[in-house]
Amino acid sequence: MKQNRSLNFVLGIYVLLIFAFVFAPIIFSMIFSFNSQRFPTIPLGEFSTEWYAKVLADPDVWEAALNSLIVSCSTALIATFLGFCTAYSDFRYNFRFKGPYLALILLPPTIPLIIMALAMLAWFSKIGMSGQLYSIIIAHSVLTAPFAMAVIRLRLNQMDPDLEAAAWNLGGSEWQTMRHVIVPFCKPAIFSSLFLTAAVSFDEFAVSWFVSGLNKTLPVIVLEIVQGNIDPQVNAIGTFVFLISMTLVVLAQLFFASRQMKSIKL
Amino acid sequence: MSSTPERRPNLYALTWRLPIIFWQFIFFVGPVLFMVAMSFFLVKNYRMTEAFEFVNWTRMLTRGFFWDSYWYTVFIASVSTVCAMCIAFPAAFTLAFRASESTRRWAIFLLIIPFFTSYLVRTFSWFVILSESGVVNAMLGYIGLGPYTMLNTNFGTLVGYMTLTLPLVVILQTVTMANIDKTLVEAARNLGCSPLRTIWQVIIPLSKTGLIIAAIFCFILSFGDFVAPFYLGGSQEPTLPILILDTTKSGQQWPRAAVVAIMMMLTLFAIAFTGIALAYRKGRGAK
Repeated sequence: MKQNRSLNFVLGIYVLLIFAFVFAPIIFSMIFSFNSQRFPTIPLGEFSTEWYAKVLADPDVWEAALNSLIVSCSTALIATFLGFCTAYSDFRYNFRFKGPYLALILLPPTIPLIIMALAMLAWFSKIGMSGQLYSIIIAHSVLTAPFAMAVIRLRLNQMDPDLEAAAWNLGGSEWQTMRHVIVPFCKPAIFSSLFLTAAVSFDEFAVSWFVSGLNKTLPVIVLEIVQGNIDPQVNAIGTFVFLISMTLVVLAQLFFASRQMKSIKL
Repeated sequence: MSSTPERRPNLYALTWRLPIIFWQFIFFVGPVLFMVAMSFFLVKNYRMTEAFEFVNWTRMLTRGFFWDSYWYTVFIASVSTVCAMCIAFPAAFTLAFRASESTRRWAIFLLIIPFFTSYLVRTFSWFVILSESGVVNAMLGYIGLGPYTMLNTNFGTLVGYMTLTLPLVVILQTVTMANIDKTLVEAARNLGCSPLRTIWQVIIPLSKTGLIIAAIFCFILSFGDFVAPFYLGGSQEPTLPILILDTTKSGQQWPRAAVVAIMMMLTLFAIAFTGIALAYRKGRGAK
């Protein structure tokens, strides 16, 4: 028993070390962003907001932030719409070629981003759609729709299939049932999916870098700044990016968890 | 009824079914097929012309540098997978068997955050932390060690890969092991099986499917990542993703980059299929 307790203690420390490793870059980036040193190390330099001032004075960063905002919001809407349609089709219908149909939406995340980036760049150039902000939005929708589909499909799993039939028996048409029963039931998952896909899109850099042309997003700016040299401005931009995407992921998870709570009460 | 395939889907059914088909055919299947076609195109005077020639394939596949890069990428991604699986296992084991339900939920909640949070900035942060005069060397200096060169080495690349893959691998391993039948584990212990033997002969076989899937994801992520080998590994030995990057961005040789990309996809398919076949194969004497 005693030996067991010390073993548990060691294992607990090990888990904490893993978490420290995972969160170290995020925390250090935030600390360095307020640090006066150009090459941050220990002991830390003085507190400084110099890097933030520099970043805020840079019109390119502002433009990139606006681009990122547009891209991630649009991507979230399109991907969640596509994900919802597919999740509902999978839930409600059984049809021929359903396997390939589902593969069509679920495959993109298993292909390395650099390959998707090359393929998208070549294809968009071919059909005359490259170098635009909407090129990034389209590409990101392909990449993030599977996450939307998964989140909403899991929610539909918890719905009693008789619920839909009951609504029809009570005289509701399929469309009315969709509007008054299924969409309200999926609402938490829809919000969760919006936040999650926005977060993934907000952070994606490889595909954005390839297809964006001159319309840079924040991660692309970061990618260009860090080409081989240490520039603390990245920590300032990075801290901002971390805060946004962490907030989005936390919100996504809270909505996702709230649906579990409700289903237990039902 | 919903369980039998319908004869002719109505407008309502098609409204939900068709959007993704159109979208993915134009913007996912289209690009991938075009990339395959592009690998047979020619580049003349920096302009790509449509053709059906094997010259890109023969150029790339007969070059030593391609195969050096290929085997190095396979090697470093394999090392990354083994490292991530081994480093994650004790943590996942603890979370699955020694932690309460709510601790486990919190741990997974926290691990999901970095998985979806700017990998690029996290890598840059490692670049600063691991540099010659960075935080790690400064701390080692206090106890009289170092400074060590960690950037531009395989170690640097692996730190980047771990940053990318560890959260996901810990999550997948934890969920897998938390879902196995605990009574089987207790039975093994009650029958006098030592803890390590229980892990090796009971827990790992029972969670085989999930563990293999975690390993496949880890390999795919490491194999396809260009950020860690580029910024932390210094790309003195270019991996395949860096080769694609260089060939596309500086050389304008899209067709040759397509050859590399297709070779990567074939490799990943082969590994994923082998892994999944292994994962779902019935163990010997399972009856």
